[in-house]
Amino acid sequence: MKTVQTEKIALHSFLWLAVIIIIFPILFTFLTSLKHLVDIITGALVFKPTLANYAQLFVGYRSSFTQLTINSLVIGTLTAVIVLCVSSFGAYSLTRLGWHPLPSGIILGWTLFVHMLPPITFIGPFYLISRSLGIYDSILAVVMAHVVLNLPLAIWMLQSFFESVPKELEEAAAIDGCNQFRTFWQVVLPITRPGIAATALLVFIFSWKDFLFALTLTSTPRGMTIPVGIASFAQEWSVRYGEMSAASFFATIPAILLVMFAQRHIVKGMTLGALKG
Amino acid sequence: MSVQYKYNKLRIRDRRGKIGHPLFKYLAVVPTILILVLLTLYPVLQLLRMSVSDIRYVEGQMDWTFVGLSNLWRMLEDKVVPTALKNTLIYVVSVVSIESFLGLILAFLVSGAKRLRTFYRAVLMLPLLIPPIAIGSIWRLIYDYNYGAINKVLALVGVSGPAWLANPDIAFPAIIVVDVWHWTSFMFLIMLAGVETIPQELYEAARVDGASEFKIYWNILLPLMRSTIIVAMMLRTIFAFKVFDQIYLLTGGGPGTTTEVISLYIYKVFFGQFRLGYGAFLALVLALITSIFVIVYRVVISKTVKEV
Repeated sequence: MKTVQTEKIALHSFLWLAVIIIIFPILFTFLTSLKHLVDIITGALVFKPTLANYAQLFVGYRSSFTQLTINSLVIGTLTAVIVLCVSSFGAYSLTRLGWHPLPSGIILGWTLFVHMLPPITFIGPFYLISRSLGIYDSILAVVMAHVVLNLPLAIWMLQSFFESVPKELEEAAAIDGCNQFRTFWQVVLPITRPGIAATALLVFIFSWKDFLFALTLTSTPRGMTIPVGIASFAQEWSVRYGEMSAASFFATIPAILLVMFAQRHIVKGMTLGALKG
Repeated sequence: MSVQYKYNKLRIRDRRGKIGHPLFKYLAVVPTILILVLLTLYPVLQLLRMSVSDIRYVEGQMDWTFVGLSNLWRMLEDKVVPTALKNTLIYVVSVVSIESFLGLILAFLVSGAKRLRTFYRAVLMLPLLIPPIAIGSIWRLIYDYNYGAINKVLALVGVSGPAWLANPDIAFPAIIVVDVWHWTSFMFLIMLAGVETIPQELYEAARVDGASEFKIYWNILLPLMRSTIIVAMMLRTIFAFKVFDQIYLLTGGGPGTTTEVISLYIYKVFFGQFRLGYGAFLALVLALITSIFVIVYRVVISKTVKEV
């Protein structure tokens, strides 16, 4: 019995060590963001917290961070809406409407391949496409790239949710005279709502996280997103520690909210591909 | 009579979900296919065309010249390419092996923990959801020579810490640490999903038989986890080739070319030197390397799935 007890203590202390290693950098950044420059320089552990860095970030003269935040939110939302509209119909048809394995295999295989290609492969063509469509340096250009970035994931994730809907339910709807569209719209979609919401959240967060596409498809705050703003802080001749830490912590908030309130629902999407192949 | 027959036939096929509204099945995938063709297939073809071209931006116009394989010769003469490839390879091998090891251990520990399990999982998956550029920025604050957390702590014990990201010997391990912090979550989640499929009874039975904790893991759980581990490692390998954001922010490939990785170099060729054709050629090479890994991955997956 005693060994079981020590084992338990050892197990939890290892896990707590991991927890501390993960939390510490985030906490350090949060604390730094609440410090005046003087306290950052002295590394004071006890200090008078201030919101000056956040004020500087959002309402400061010359700061475009508010604009970038709006852009990030709009781009994430638009991407999620477009991806969900497109992929829910596509995934449903491919999973449930009796496709021959060859065409559906080609479509799904291609999405998986696209998902695995390094995004850098696409930046050249996307740059030229957005230039020729006249949408370079706008929200639309970034949305276009983010739709491509997220569509494969959304299709694969939704497929797994649609697969879990009992076939009998669709059959019952068909007997009651629903055509396939109504069966999908009024029976399948309402049941899979939690899954669809989880997919939408993940698409939003992956759009919120992206740096490479936002960096290469924009050049002014018109279309830039938060990550591009953060990178520019770090590249200035003298690093603005206060604002940099405030912006970094701010960018982390959706991730924290997500693991606090929706952890269960998103685990599936995060490990996808591993389970599906 | 015949109408009735036709109606019945329709109904039966309807119940199998085969027809119904005959076009719905096809209409529903049209948007997906449209996006895939216009925004993934077309760009890949565009990339092929770019890679055999020289593209200049003259007076608001793209000026394309066909140059054949000269981008290939350019790549063979480019001294940065082998360095970037070598760095990428070392990077991938290091992070995949470290993260697999840690992810597996954490998965075993969390599955063994009866209390606080949801909490542990929540914290351990957190890094995966944070924007990589914010992760880079957070670690830059930690590594900072003057005001960073590490050097402040070292100063307390009277050691003056190095410039973590500017020292050619330390910069590379320093970015690997950041990657491990970021991506161990991913390996942990996959491994945890694998551990959870192992029946609890097996574990209990071994315990009753008096097997030691270590033996249970080494002789029973580990072999059962084999296919999960292989799949996870291959997937992580493919994803690790994408590395860009954090290195861009932490070192920008420096000092010198000590942390230059292939994605970062391609970005520099595209947007630093504005050589779109040559950049496209390098991107194509990277895409080919990834494709080989993806094919191997598919083959391995179909094999392991068959075994089970």
